[in-house]
This record gives sequence, structure tokens and C-alpha cells, in this order.
Amino acid sequence: MSKTFSLGGIHPNDNKISANAAIEEFPLVDTAFVALNQHLGAPAEPVVAKGDKVLAGQLIAKASGFISANIHSPVSGTVSAVEFLPDMAGNAVQHVVISVEGDEWLPSIDRSPVIVKDIKLSSEEIIAKIAEMGIVGLGGAAFPTHIKLSPPPGKKAEFLIVNGAECEPYLTSDYRIMIEMPEQILIGVKLMMKALKVDKAYVGIEENKPVAIKKMKEIAAASYPEIKIVSLKKRYPQGGEKQLIDAIIKRRVPSMGLPIDVGAVVQNVGTALAVYEAVQKNKPLVDGIVTVTGSCMKEQRNFRLRVGTTFDKIMFAIGGFPKDAVKLISGGPMMGKAVSRTEASSTKSTSALLLLTEEETKRGEESNCIRCAKCVDACPMGLEPYLLNRLSRQGKTAELEENMVQDCIECGCCLYSCPANIPLLDTIRYSKAQVIRIMRSRPKK
Amino acid sequence: MKKLIVSPAPHIHGKDSTRSLMRDVIIALTPSLLVSIYYFGFSAIKLALVGAISCVLVEYVIEKYIMKSKVTVTDYSAALTGLLLALNLPPNSPWWIVMIGAIVSIGVAKMTFGGLGQNLFNPALVGRVFLLVSFPVIMTDWSIPTSWFREGIDASTGATALGIVKEGLAKGMTLNEIFAQNNFTYSQMLFSKIGGSVGEVSSFALLLGLVYMLIRRVIRPHIPVTIIATVMIMTGIFWLIDPSKYADPIFNILTGGILMGAIFMATDYVTSPMSTKGMVLYGIGIGVITVLIRYFGAYPEGISFAILIMNATVPLINMYFKPARFGKEVKNG
Repeated sequence: MSKTFSLGGIHPNDNKISANAAIEEFPLVDTAFVALNQHLGAPAEPVVAKGDKVLAGQLIAKASGFISANIHSPVSGTVSAVEFLPDMAGNAVQHVVISVEGDEWLPSIDRSPVIVKDIKLSSEEIIAKIAEMGIVGLGGAAFPTHIKLSPPPGKKAEFLIVNGAECEPYLTSDYRIMIEMPEQILIGVKLMMKALKVDKAYVGIEENKPVAIKKMKEIAAASYPEIKIVSLKKRYPQGGEKQLIDAIIKRRVPSMGLPIDVGAVVQNVGTALAVYEAVQKNKPLVDGIVTVTGSCMKEQRNFRLRVGTTFDKIMFAIGGFPKDAVKLISGGPMMGKAVSRTEASSTKSTSALLLLTEEETKRGEESNCIRCAKCVDACPMGLEPYLLNRLSRQGKTAELEENMVQDCIECGCCLYSCPANIPLLDTIRYSKAQVIRIMRSRPKK
Repeated sequence: MKKLIVSPAPHIHGKDSTRSLMRDVIIALTPSLLVSIYYFGFSAIKLALVGAISCVLVEYVIEKYIMKSKVTVTDYSAALTGLLLALNLPPNSPWWIVMIGAIVSIGVAKMTFGGLGQNLFNPALVGRVFLLVSFPVIMTDWSIPTSWFREGIDASTGATALGIVKEGLAKGMTLNEIFAQNNFTYSQMLFSKIGGSVGEVSSFALLLGLVYMLIRRVIRPHIPVTIIATVMIMTGIFWLIDPSKYADPIFNILTGGILMGAIFMATDYVTSPMSTKGMVLYGIGIGVITVLIRYFGAYPEGISFAILIMNATVPLINMYFKPARFGKEVKNG
């Protein structure tokens, strides 16, 4: 019996049209544009200057502040500039621009395909290594992984939950690594279990990926019996942190709480692979698996892509920007961000580039709310989007807080289901930020 | 350089639209409409057409010339109201009574509140109840018009099953005598008709509509199920107390518009609660009030009034019965 979360959710067509495209190495580019804010938290501080020679895998920017992450060069060559450039949304972000010369890696990095199974490092050493290698959560938020693996004092992790649900339509990068590199992922899970000092781990995979479930189960049963592979129903947002915990261990994270409050730490399968490469192979996070897909494209692709590759280059590699596409999304169609500039470059947490046609992405004209309660049924957090939308438009922050707008996970189920095309999430997102700001500004009791 | 569309997530949208949902409800009503055309012939077609067309016209005129707002008649909601109104009238109703009903339904019950989504009371029911209190004779004349398809109808009954029972009981007859005299059987009630409004000829056709709406996820089962269950439990208790005076629960479900009300009227999006808890409470309220009116009120039926009374409580229900929150249980009140 497949498991699932208890409230709300939707069943969009999963459109995994790129599922059968094997991962291919993306060709080297001539210039890499490496942004220094690829993670949640403070941007990294550059440690290289114009004219410096760098090798692939070399540290180019240092974590600054508690929540931050190191950034390494994805290519070898010469730093041609350290400057502020617009990112994909048009915000000015410091970048290290590197002119690529050859493909020389730091000699300490093991790039052989040999799978290193022995775990030699201690818990603390694993966390230090993960921090050193600049690993961030690859499930979307790009939260620095070493911080997530070090629970605050007084909190104890009991379970490691690994997200292989890939519930967003179109995305197949997690699917591809689960069938192409299942053992590496499971070693990564073991490393994180050791770091957290937990003896139970679950990998949740949606049942629309039977091959991945089978492969992962086989290898886990043979060599890693302490890791349970859990089959999940196909339902969005199954991969949401709180939903995944609810589905697998039947515990609900309290409002404004963190997974650690119910003894869980959630990581993505992509992160597990990055942890494996960092700890066992000494390889910093300088590339990632990126699905490039869209019904308007002739060929669907899954690339291993270096960080800092411009979207232009990716479009060039797939044979040019498809004529019918009107929207380029970094990520999935439910939570991904629309790209405004194709000159922007990929980051550590880029999981997909999705091209949608006008027909596919059209939002109908807004009409009156007919109070059908479809948004209430769809909300996985048990909120009332129709009400939050109304309160938001009236600017009633006290009522919004009372009705728990702060619990919104911005999954988009409400807007997806609304027959009247009311921009529910747009207004709710705005109010959520406002209410959380107010809540944080209050003196602590 | 190609111009890209930039907008916040989500970037895809479900297939439901107000229009498709309303259309699905109309499709769900089709079996009932077809059965009534079979039984009542042209009269049923006439009522349905006049109802739908006049509701659309009234909405069009009000939006275009009085409110001077966007005309939204293409969302099928007005047509649906008209159809529901027509299906809730006696089969022999004159055409002009439907038009008056349409003016009250759309003009008074819907547009004065601001149009679709804003009204407190179910427009079709307001129209029906308005007609019932204004034209009591016409609205309780259950004689059956001639049909093209069905010559020589066996019994041109002058009352609904519930009316017959209420009258019989008043005369001092027992239920068994009444049932025997009138040939009431369950299969008759399920598939054909003893007497009643246009749309209630066949309970089976109404249930078919329910199944369609559930499969298409137009509505959720909570409201119809709680109404039917409440009516069955309450009438069941009365039946157990005195089976010679109170009819059994199945009879009560299959007669007097319970199914029509529970499936198509109480589930009206605009005038029903938003949360599951609220829907259940609303359904129970309708069931209880319906049975109280049937057994202790002046009318033999009662679901129309019960729904309208519960409509009035919906804003309160929405305020106090919140959905189950994921993060923590919110105390009611």
C-alpha cells in the first residue's frame, strides 16, 4: 500500500516526458557566470580576483555568516571579472565570471566512476566536509545542508527522511539519478544518517516511478537494510517537507515549526548524491542534474550541468529556443520561477528548465468566486485560500494571522484548482510575507 | 531576443472553470429532464426552456442595463438556475409562472446581492418558495399533463405521495391502508412517479446525476449523504415508534423532493459551507428541519424551506467551522 499525506493535494498530469532520456554531460562552455547567492542565507564572499587562475573544484567564494555556503569553481580557467550582474529575475547579484581554459580539476577530487562504500569519517567530520564542499538542499530551497544536519541544542533527530517523490510535473532529474546512481544515493543517505546519529531512514518515491522504486529497493535490501524505500501515491505536493513527513511517519510539523520539532530531518535524493560525492569523492557541489523539457521541444534531455552555465547556452544546446514556447521556468510548473533573462545562469539548485507554450501556461480571466471550496479541499495545510485572498485584499493582517496565512507552503494547489481563475496564491504569498515579518518583529516571550 | 512571459507560480492551471462546472451540473440534470419529458411531454420541455431562457435574459438585462457591468451569462449559472426552477414546479404549471419565478430567482435572490457568488440564498429555491406562497393553488396542482410518449396515464393523481399520506392520516387512516389504496411501491417511487414536480419523476435519474457529479468531482458527497442519512435516521426513529402513523425511512427519502433537494439544491456552491465539518453540520441541519416540517408543520414537504433556513446560517458556519488545519487544531469559536 502506498502512503500519502492526509490533507488536500491535487493530481495534475505528471507529464514526465523526459523520463527516458539518460543523463548526458553538458558540453563545456566558454564562460561560466557563477552567482554568489546560490543558497538561502548570506551571499558568499569572493576569495578570487580578476586575473586569478582557477581549477575546477577550487574554492572561489567563502561562506559568510551562519547561514551561508561555500562556492567552488565549476570550470578551470581565468577569472575575468568579479562583478554585479542581473540574475534570472533581474536582481543585481555578485558573480564570479570565469573564462574557461581546458577542463583541469583539483587533484584531490576523485572523478573516477568507482563507488566508494566505506565510511571512514566521524559524524562531525562528515558535517564539516559537507560544509566545506558547499552542499545545499537540492529540493528547491537551497538551504545549506550542514546546518540542517546539525539540529539546534535540545532537539534530537530520530528519522532521516529522503525525498525522492519528485511530485512536480515534468521534472525527471531525481528519477534519472535514482535509476542511474542508486547506490551512490544510498551511501549519501548513510552518510547523513551517521552525521545525524539516527538509525532510521526512509526514502519516499512516488509510485509513478516504479523502476526507481524497484532499483532502490533491490540495492537497499542487499546492502543497506536500515534504509526503507517507501512507495508513495502520486499526489502533489507529496514532496513538500511537511507533507512527506506526514505521509511517511504520520507526524505533523506544528505551525511555524520545523521538521526537527517532530524528530525528522528531510533531505532530497539529489542532496544525498551530492553528499556522497563530497564526502567520499572529495568533490564540491559544482554541477547538478538538470531536466530540460517541454512539449514544444523535439527532444527531451537530462543533463549533468556545471553551475554557472547560461540559459542561452542550454537553449543553444537543445537546438534553439522553441518557437511556440512563451515561458521559461527554472524548476517545475507548480513552484518554479519564471525566467525573465536567458542571459542568466544556472545555480546549484537548478533542477529543471521547463518550456511552456501559451496554451499550457495560460491563466484564464478572473471572475467572481463561486465559493465552490475547491481551494479549501486542495490546500494541503488545511487553510482557506478564498478567505485569505479576501482578507489579503482588505489588508487585514490580524485576521490573516488568525487564519494561519503563515502556514502557507506556496505549493500553488489553490490557484491550480480555482475555476474562477482568482490569483489566490499571488495575494496570499504577499500577505504571508507581511504577516511573518510582523510575527518576527514581536518581542520574544 | 525573444520576449518571455514572467509571472508567479504556479505556471499551469487545472481544467475546471466556472463554466465547465455549471455545465456539468446541467449534464447531471439531463437524465431527470429526459424522464420528465417522457412522462409529461411538451409541458416539461416548455417549462425547462422558458425557465432557462428567462433566467439568462433577466441576468443579461440587469448586468447590461442596470449594473452596467460585465455580462456573465455565458457561465451557464443563470441557465442552471432556470432549469432547476423549472424542474421544481408542478408539471402543469403555466409558462408565465416560470417567468415570474425567474425574475424573482435572478432579479431578487441573485443580482441584488451582486451576482454570481454573492447571494446568500439559493436563487432557484427563493423563486420556487416565492411562487409557492404567491400561487398556492397552481403550485400544488399535481395533475399530469398529457404526454406524446405515454398515452392514457393510469392515475392522474391530484397530490404528491407525501400529500396523500398527510391527508389520509388526517382522515384517520393507517399507513398500510393508504399505501394499499394508492399502490405505492418502492420500485414505482424509484423509477417512475406518483405525483410531484417536473424533475422528481424518477429518483433513479436523480441518483444518476449524483453519481455523475461525484465522478466528475463537481461536488463532494458530504452534503447529500448527511441530508439523506439524517432524514433516514430521524424518520426511522418515528417509524419505529409508530409505524402506522409514520412512513418508513425509504419512503421518506424517495418522496417529496429529498433527493432533488439534497443532490442539486443543497449542494449549490454559493450557498453552502466551505469546510467539510461545515458541510456535515449544514446537511444535518437540513435533514432535521425537513423532518420537523414534514411531521409538525403545515406543509407535507419541507426540504425547500429547510435549505433556505440553513442557507442563512452558512456565513456563521464558515466563521466557526474551519477546516482541519495541518499545523494544529483550531478551536471552534
